[in-house]
Amino acid sequence: MAHLDRIRAVFRSSLNLAPDAEVDGLAYRAIPQWDSLAHMTLVAALEDEFDIMIDTDDVLDLSSFDKAVALLEKHGVVTAG
Amino acid sequence: MTGLFTLTSAEREARLLPELAALTEHHRRSCAPYRRILDAIGAAPPWDRVAGLPWLPVRLFKTHELKSIPDAEVFRVLTSSGTSGGGRSRIHLDRAAAAAQPRMLAATLRQVLGPERLPMLIVDTRSVVTDPALSARGAGVLGMMNLGRAHTFALDERGAPDPEAVKGFLAAHGGRPFLIFGFTFMAWLHLYAPAREHGLDLSNGVLIHSGGWKKLADRAVNPAEFRAKFAADTGLRRIHDFYGMVEQIGTIFLEGPDGCGLYCPDFADVVIREPETWREAPVGTPGVIEVVSTLPTSYPGHVLLTEDLGIVHGIDDGAWPGKRFSVLGRLPRAEARGCGDTYQEAA
Repeated sequence: MAHLDRIRAVFRSSLNLAPDAEVDGLAYRAIPQWDSLAHMTLVAALEDEFDIMIDTDDVLDLSSFDKAVALLEKHGVVTAG
Repeated sequence: MTGLFTLTSAEREARLLPELAALTEHHRRSCAPYRRILDAIGAAPPWDRVAGLPWLPVRLFKTHELKSIPDAEVFRVLTSSGTSGGGRSRIHLDRAAAAAQPRMLAATLRQVLGPERLPMLIVDTRSVVTDPALSARGAGVLGMMNLGRAHTFALDERGAPDPEAVKGFLAAHGGRPFLIFGFTFMAWLHLYAPAREHGLDLSNGVLIHSGGWKKLADRAVNPAEFRAKFAADTGLRRIHDFYGMVEQIGTIFLEGPDGCGLYCPDFADVVIREPETWREAPVGTPGVIEVVSTLPTSYPGHVLLTEDLGIVHGIDDGAWPGKRFSVLGRLPRAEARGCGDTYQEAA
């Protein structure tokens, strides 16, 4: 759960959302704050927070909060379940 | 992943012909205006070569709604900048096509950028991507930003060169390969000139640029001089021009490492046509550029006659396999209009 909370915090700060905003169901472009430019900020913040490098295909594929969790699982920094 | 510049001309023909022929039939079934055009010109299979496939003049996307998907599946509609010839092309993408095009662009550029997202210097102003009325130029910059990280803009908010920002970027990232992206005239006016003036070292940079040379013609800068001056005065030697258009989004033709022409990725090709006969022009003879690509699945843009003049310099004789060509400039208006009218009546 700690990792999930860190991902949530990254989403809230990158997308300029309120500290208690619900982010678990978020999808790219579904809210005005998550536009193409904020996407770059989000990717950079995830890379910094978890000390990983995300490749271009994954940047393009990172279209929801769930995809972000799956991506971090792939990088081994979040455990599934 | 292996590169996308691997196929010789013969291999490319063998791979593309069945795929493009299948796309022709797919679009014929799915796009009524396209079907009427093919019927009017009597275009019917079998297709024995890529150059024998029926082409659409690119301007038809300005005058007709050409899509091969139902309205409910339209995910994004792209528009051209509309700077010439009046009107804007409207290109309809479904979810799959919208997802495929940036991936194929990235895969194409991987040939010269490598697998990592490199630190990225953008020869433009941040406002080009923050302006709510996003321009075609802004959309181009945004699309490229996916390929980079640590994005830094070389121009300030007012559009003036910001050498301090560039110096800061180089101090942090200049010791390893980095990506520079900008439109050709911006790179010349707002990167080359300040870099020379401030003695900036761009030797680890890979410059990806596009947009054509027209705006630089009155400054007497041609592609060879552009490369030579960047190399001599900034150390920047890895320079790749590219040619592409919104009507074939995701497909770009990329300049090889030695600057001796543009090359086609494995899923695309060019055919140069003599404007008098529309037959394929021999190597070394200028003509109208036709671009073919297997990417357009949601609209009939897989075989397009552009309004640009080009020339094939050689086939399977350069740094990468396939045709090696250059874009010479825009077609004179009268010829393009004559051609478009023929199709307009049919459509």
